[in-house]
Amino acid sequence: MMSAIAEFFYFSGYAWYVWGSYGVTAAFMIAEVILVIRGKRSTMNRLARMVRLNNSSSE
Amino acid sequence: MGFKDSIIWLYFSSPRNFYPFAGQLIPWFGWLAAALTVVGLYIGFFVAPPVLSDQKEYYVIIFIHVPAAWMSMFIYIIMSLYAFIALVWNIKMSEMMATALAPTGAMFTFLALWTGALWGRPSWGAYWVWDARLTSELILLFLYIGFMSLQSAIDDPRRAARASGLLAVVGAINVPIIYFSVRWWNTLHQGFSVQPAQAQQLMDPSIKWGMLILALAFWMYTIAVVLYRVRTIILERERQTTWVQELVSGK
Repeated sequence: MMSAIAEFFYFSGYAWYVWGSYGVTAAFMIAEVILVIRGKRSTMNRLARMVRLNNSSSE
Repeated sequence: MGFKDSIIWLYFSSPRNFYPFAGQLIPWFGWLAAALTVVGLYIGFFVAPPVLSDQKEYYVIIFIHVPAAWMSMFIYIIMSLYAFIALVWNIKMSEMMATALAPTGAMFTFLALWTGALWGRPSWGAYWVWDARLTSELILLFLYIGFMSLQSAIDDPRRAARASGLLAVVGAINVPIIYFSVRWWNTLHQGFSVQPAQAQQLMDPSIKWGMLILALAFWMYTIAVVLYRVRTIILERERQTTWVQELVSGK
C-alpha cells in the first residue's frame, strides 16, 4: 500500500498533468519576482555609475 | 470628479511622487498575495472534492488555470486603458504603467495556455486543438509579445509608447472575443466557469471559493510585481532628473 504522501503526489496517475501545471506556474511566478528585484538593483547600480562618471568629468 | 480628487490624481501622475508611494504599497500586496495563495491552495487540494462530475483528479488544475486565464484578460484591459490614457492625454506615468504590465500579462497568458494544455490532454485527449477559445488566447499572447517587441525596437521612449499604445488599444477587441468565444462558437472548451445561472449549483462552492481566492492572490501578486517593475522604469526614464540622480547615488 502506498503511503498517504506518495499517494498525494501520485495523484491517481495524473501527476504529470497536475504537477506539470503547478510546478511551471510556481517556477514562472518565482522567477518573475527574482527578475524584477535583480532588474531594479542593476538599473540602480548602472545609473549610480553614470552619475559618478558625469560628476568626475565635470570637475 | 471633485477638485480634491483631481489634485490627488495629478499628484500621483508625477513619477517623482508615484515612486515612493509605489514603494510603500509593494510589501502589503506581496504579503497579501502570499497569504491568499496558501489559503487558496489549501482549499484546492484539501477542501474541494477530489473529482468534479466527469472530470477526474486532474481537475485541480482549475485552481490555477482559471485565475491565470482571468488575469491574462484583466491585465490586458488595464494595460490598454493605461495606453489609451497615455495616447489621449499624453501622461507619461500611464505609458510607464502600460509598459510595466505587459510582461506579467504575457506570463499569465502563457500559463493559461500551458495549464490548459496539461488539462486538455487527460480530459479531451489532446494538448492542443484549434478551438476558438484556445486560438484567441494564443492571439492574446502574440499581442503582448508584439507590444513588448515594438517598445524594445524603437529607441525613443515617447515614440515607442505611442506605437505600442496604439497596438494595445486596437488589440483590446480580442479580449471580449476570448471571453465570449465559448458562447459564440461551438467550442471544445467548456463554458463559463463562474456564472449566475443554474450551472452554478452543480459545482461545489468550495471549488468556486478556491478559484476566487487564488484569482485574488494573482491580482495582489500582479500589483506588487508591476509596481516593482514600474519603479525601475521610472528610474530609467527620469534618469536625467536631479531627484533620480540623488536617489541612485545614495544622497
